[in-house]
Amino acid sequence: MPKINLNELDPEFKHRVAEQPGGEGLKACFACKACTAACPIQPIDKRYDPRKIIRMALLGMKKQVLESDFIWLCSSCYGCQEVCPQNVRFTEVMYAIKNLAAQEACIPPGLTAQRSLLKKHGRLYEVGEFENEKRLKMGLPPIIEHAEDFDVILPDQTVESDRGHSSTSHNS
Amino acid sequence: METLLYLGCTVPIRNLNYEVSARLTAKALGITFRDIEEFGCCGFPLKSLNVEDMMVTAARNLALAEREDLDICALCNACAGTLNEVAHQVRTNPEIREKINRRLKPLGLRLDGNVKVRNYMRLLWEEIGIEGIAKAVTRPLNGVTLAPHYGCHYLKPSELNVGFDSPEVPRTLSDLITATGAKVINYPSLLDCCGGGLLGMSEEVANAMAVRKLQEVSASGAHALVLVCPFCNVMYEGQQKKIAKSTGIDLKTPVVYYPQVLGLALGMTSEQLGFKLNRIKPKELLEIVEG
Repeated sequence: MPKINLNELDPEFKHRVAEQPGGEGLKACFACKACTAACPIQPIDKRYDPRKIIRMALLGMKKQVLESDFIWLCSSCYGCQEVCPQNVRFTEVMYAIKNLAAQEACIPPGLTAQRSLLKKHGRLYEVGEFENEKRLKMGLPPIIEHAEDFDVILPDQTVESDRGHSSTSHNS
Repeated sequence: METLLYLGCTVPIRNLNYEVSARLTAKALGITFRDIEEFGCCGFPLKSLNVEDMMVTAARNLALAEREDLDICALCNACAGTLNEVAHQVRTNPEIREKINRRLKPLGLRLDGNVKVRNYMRLLWEEIGIEGIAKAVTRPLNGVTLAPHYGCHYLKPSELNVGFDSPEVPRTLSDLITATGAKVINYPSLLDCCGGGLLGMSEEVANAMAVRKLQEVSASGAHALVLVCPFCNVMYEGQQKKIAKSTGIDLKTPVVYYPQVLGLALGMTSEQLGFKLNRIKPKELLEIVEG
């Protein structure tokens, strides 16, 4: 394991995670490793280790956590959350960590593309004549996009310069 | 009873067999599905980027339902889970309620969070009941053996499903299958996560998560794996060929949706139930049922 340079740690990081919606439970962890034992990803990809991610966050290893690829490997199965004796709610903590990574512009390209689709169409798949003809043939009602609503409720940018509680802007 | 049918993004485009069989079986059992054309994405895909964006996207659908004063029935586990989660948060947390309603205001919508959200299988379980379904069966699926797959968000987080099913020893889907006259197998990887949430991040890891269940069900002699979620379908049906190829394991596990199975037991034909869209044909199953 690489050495940890104390000067590069950010003691504020754990507080930032805990301030995010869902991140509140982070500091209750007492490192029992039940989460890791319940995790279906960990045996497949050792880089994704819930207990280790919690320790890294508590130590303040902000850069190593937010800029990593492994934080995006949570499958959101809630296995860890169900077994945690401290009610850390780690699946939600992972969302808090990913939200912070997104604020720092560390986002996998697939997710940015999904967000653009949602803002533009209100759905993950664009619905055109072809799709509705197929539906009609099976006796199903047409799907109608109401894209305009999503342009209103979803702000233009996900990257926020102001940390924590920056207000959400509606730029439509 | 009347309820709003919430289709989400994937089912009405990619899984018409699921939608058509859900609509037909509901009708046959006296459930009236009402469509709201304004329903959009549930918000789940936004949760990793910004939890509040996810919440407001979910809240928009919930507020539309509240305006109609009707509950929501969803076909996708991720949609049902997300909508349920946000309804709960808005109902129980005044700070979140205010924040979300501030963002909904430009749409002329408001949400108190009292709308109830259920997966279709939960609705069947709670509203029609196992006995009610067994009574409605006109063509028992004798001789058919099926393997249930619940999917994570059907059962978890358990704090959102109090009084429904156990995340460790679930039974509702098994009982729903038994009610059709088919036999249910229990198998070690019953509770495995499909890996669908990871497919966009790492196909390799996602496939590695799905393989054990496919292998076990394939070896068990079950006629099909029974799903209730289109995300799980992407892995078990959509990725099955690729998984077989990359692992060298001979996999030919037919994958069906529960309402398709139910529909057969209610006397509907495989054509009506959209079986032609099932990519790995449950030939043996249909031979036993339809001859």
